Amino acid sequence: MSKRLIDLQHITKSFDGQMVLDDLNLYIRENEFLTLLGPSGCGKTTTLRIIGGFETPDQGTVIFDGKDITKLAPNERQLNTVFQKYALFPHMSIAENIAFGLKIRKKSKAYIEDKIKYALKLVNLDGFEKRSIDSLSGGQQQRIAIARAIVNEPKVLLLDEPLGALDLKLRQDMQYELIRLKNELGITFVYVTHDQEEALTMSDTIVVMNQGYIQQVGTPQDIYNEPINAFVADFIGESNIINGTMMEDRLVKILDVKFPCVDEGFGTNTPVDVVIRPEDVVLVSPKQGMLEGDVTSLIFKGVHWEIEVLANGYEWLVQTTQMHPVGSHVGIYVDPFNIQIMKKPESNDEKAVESDA
Amino acid sequence: MRNLKRQLLAGPYLLWMTGFILLPVAVILYYAFTTTSGSFTFLNISSITFSVHLKALILSLKLALICTVICLVLSYPLAMILNGMKTKSQGFIVFVFILPMWMNFMLRILAWKMLLSNNGVINSLLGTLGLPKLDILNTPAAVVFCMVYDFLPFMILPIYNAMARIQTDTIEAARDLGAGTITIFFKIIVPLTMSGVVSGIIMVFVPALTSFAVSDLLGGGKVLLIGNVIEQAFMQEYNWNLGSGLSFVLMIFVIASMALMNSWEDEGRTGVW
Amino acid sequence: MVRKSAERIYLFLIFLFLYLPIGVLIVLSFNNSKSKVHWGGFTLNWYKRLFSSSSIMEAFYTTIWITLASALIATLLGTFAALGIDAMKKRGQAIMLGATNIPLLNADIVTGISMMLLFVRFTRLGMNTVLIAHITFNIPYVILNVLPKLKQSSRTTYEAALDLGATPLYAFYKIIWPQILPGVLSGFLMSMTMSLDDFSVTYFTKGAGINTLSTMIYTEMRKGIRPEMYALSTILFLIALLLLLFLNFGPSARKELHH
Repeated sequence: MSKRLIDLQHITKSFDGQMVLDDLNLYIRENEFLTLLGPSGCGKTTTLRIIGGFETPDQGTVIFDGKDITKLAPNERQLNTVFQKYALFPHMSIAENIAFGLKIRKKSKAYIEDKIKYALKLVNLDGFEKRSIDSLSGGQQQRIAIARAIVNEPKVLLLDEPLGALDLKLRQDMQYELIRLKNELGITFVYVTHDQEEALTMSDTIVVMNQGYIQQVGTPQDIYNEPINAFVADFIGESNIINGTMMEDRLVKILDVKFPCVDEGFGTNTPVDVVIRPEDVVLVSPKQGMLEGDVTSLIFKGVHWEIEVLANGYEWLVQTTQMHPVGSHVGIYVDPFNIQIMKKPESNDEKAVESDA
Repeated sequence: MRNLKRQLLAGPYLLWMTGFILLPVAVILYYAFTTTSGSFTFLNISSITFSVHLKALILSLKLALICTVICLVLSYPLAMILNGMKTKSQGFIVFVFILPMWMNFMLRILAWKMLLSNNGVINSLLGTLGLPKLDILNTPAAVVFCMVYDFLPFMILPIYNAMARIQTDTIEAARDLGAGTITIFFKIIVPLTMSGVVSGIIMVFVPALTSFAVSDLLGGGKVLLIGNVIEQAFMQEYNWNLGSGLSFVLMIFVIASMALMNSWEDEGRTGVW
Repeated sequence: MVRKSAERIYLFLIFLFLYLPIGVLIVLSFNNSKSKVHWGGFTLNWYKRLFSSSSIMEAFYTTIWITLASALIATLLGTFAALGIDAMKKRGQAIMLGATNIPLLNADIVTGISMMLLFVRFTRLGMNTVLIAHITFNIPYVILNVLPKLKQSSRTTYEAALDLGATPLYAFYKIIWPQILPGVLSGFLMSMTMSLDDFSVTYFTKGAGINTLSTMIYTEMRKGIRPEMYALSTILFLIALLLLLFLNFGPSARKELHH
């Protein structure tokens, strides 16, 4: 793995007595696409602003490329930001916007012109130099904001919910654009979003945050398949999160039914949270199932059906390509590999999990 | 830190404000509550109950009220008409009706006095039509006419602005929900322009209540408003304590009328009727 | 159709009410007769008399000086003040704006008197006291014009400039300044019109021997109306008209419309 480029150590930050980040530790590797994911108020934007230099942490250090940059002003840092609402300069043309940073660095005129051409080509807006900001659509403004940042050849690009203001289709297109851009530029992206789908699509590493604490760090697959607690499981996609009791290794009791599973090391008779993804719930004939229930709702979602089944007092959320009409009696089967066991929250850190989940 | 440095930019103004806004208010309060020899008294304040002063205050309130009502009645339809014009020239036409606001105050009084004077334009017009002369110069009516003329744009502008801010889809939504023209007017347009009406009323009522130049020049010494009483106390009788005391009373009336208007606006906004 | 014409007539009547007096004044300023109703032929006589009257010309110069100087100083102080206030927390802002509102809300007569009472304790009334008084009631207009522009020029554009390597000063000059400039300009022009228009505050703070046009017209009018006043009024009206046209349809206003 490549080296650590940014290292946040013991970062604490509060605003007006309100703790926003509490002893946060996080490192970002060179060339990584890292996403800070969480609900609003979880501290993800504050983390990004601390990296960008717009906030100074109350405690802790920010190391960049081996140097302590905690006290360094934003204009002296080798990274650039794409702001949430683009923050384009409304009184300047597109070319002037893009040239802004380069002029400060006293680049030659020819160099600046080359760079503007290159950057506009990169974001698929060739020939837009003379246009005014007002004449652009939201998606185009977004691309200009990115172009304006990358012409300065930053080592890291910080992106603060850059797709938040765009509509769904455009957002999906831009996700692929961003991945392409990152690969072409070969730099580190630190991306902030509250959209789990965005995070899963683009990231190398996802950092799930809640109420100022990091909940889990991992690859999209890790986060999705093995959420560490109920908050992460709930935040990353829809889930069936059910109270259960770990009877012994590889056996868990949910809703008075014993399910075989693959987890070990939770002890015996321990209360746990059990996560089962809706696409992992298999509907079978009543006799074949581990438990039986009745379909209470059926919604067509295009690729699949979303079905709710009431079984043993719990509304199971099921995604399947097979249609089962409302009122039909079905059996529920779950493969042992698809049952995810999580510790019940107990430490202070995870209090945050409960109150929000 | 950077923020603190920027806050310091307000420093010179803070000094200026203390010296020339807050301190003068303190000085006027000091005079209002002391005798010429400097001892504490309520006499300057309570002298408002002297019949001359009280009469002047009541007349001022009356004329200011009449003037405000006339301005409101003239301005509201005007603002609606201006707002209803969907032409490109709307901006210019609105400008035409606001422009008099920026003309010199004295000039406006002069123009009106000239029109009203005994051998002025209005009377000679009436004369050629064989109508009796209008002898209103040096009466309260002349003062009200001139005040309306002076302050009308101050009523037009805020009401028009409030009306222009109403989104057409708000009106369309009301229509969609079954409201007729009259319902829309009373339930949508009036409540949404209330803030403009209130600031218009304040902007007309306060100067009308406190003015002394109009009554001085068009009242011919016969129309004595509270502003004239105060002006005379300072400039003719040199009784600064009395003048300050009456100014203080006037200030209270100004503040009270503004508070009244603002509370009325709040009520109008939250009330369901 | 009926409604349309009724509206037209109403507009026209109000228009007459507002402009007829001024129109008559302007006409009379060229009337070669002292009568208010009879046309005695065209003349520029009153204008000549106006410009040869030393007291009127002196009042004119005083007015111009007070207007320009007070607007300029108020714009400087007010713009700095707006920048400082913008950086303050909520409570600080509320206190500053509360005090700023006093001269706007207070009756002119009380503002004038309170300042006079203060001035006579420390100095003689004269040009300087009028200037100080005008600056004082002008600053709020500057602040109230600049502050909204500052709030609009979102913090993020300033941060974006820092992010791209600009120093705070450069970012202010390149990003904040162009965005608040229209507010600064309209604050300046508004100050000028306020100064030009003021009577009450000047009346109480001017002292003997000094006149602005407003106070001079006032004194003259108490003696009777001289036709030179019509000429003066016409000129003042034209100045206000030009100032307002510039303020509303000038280069800064045009940009406004686009946003």
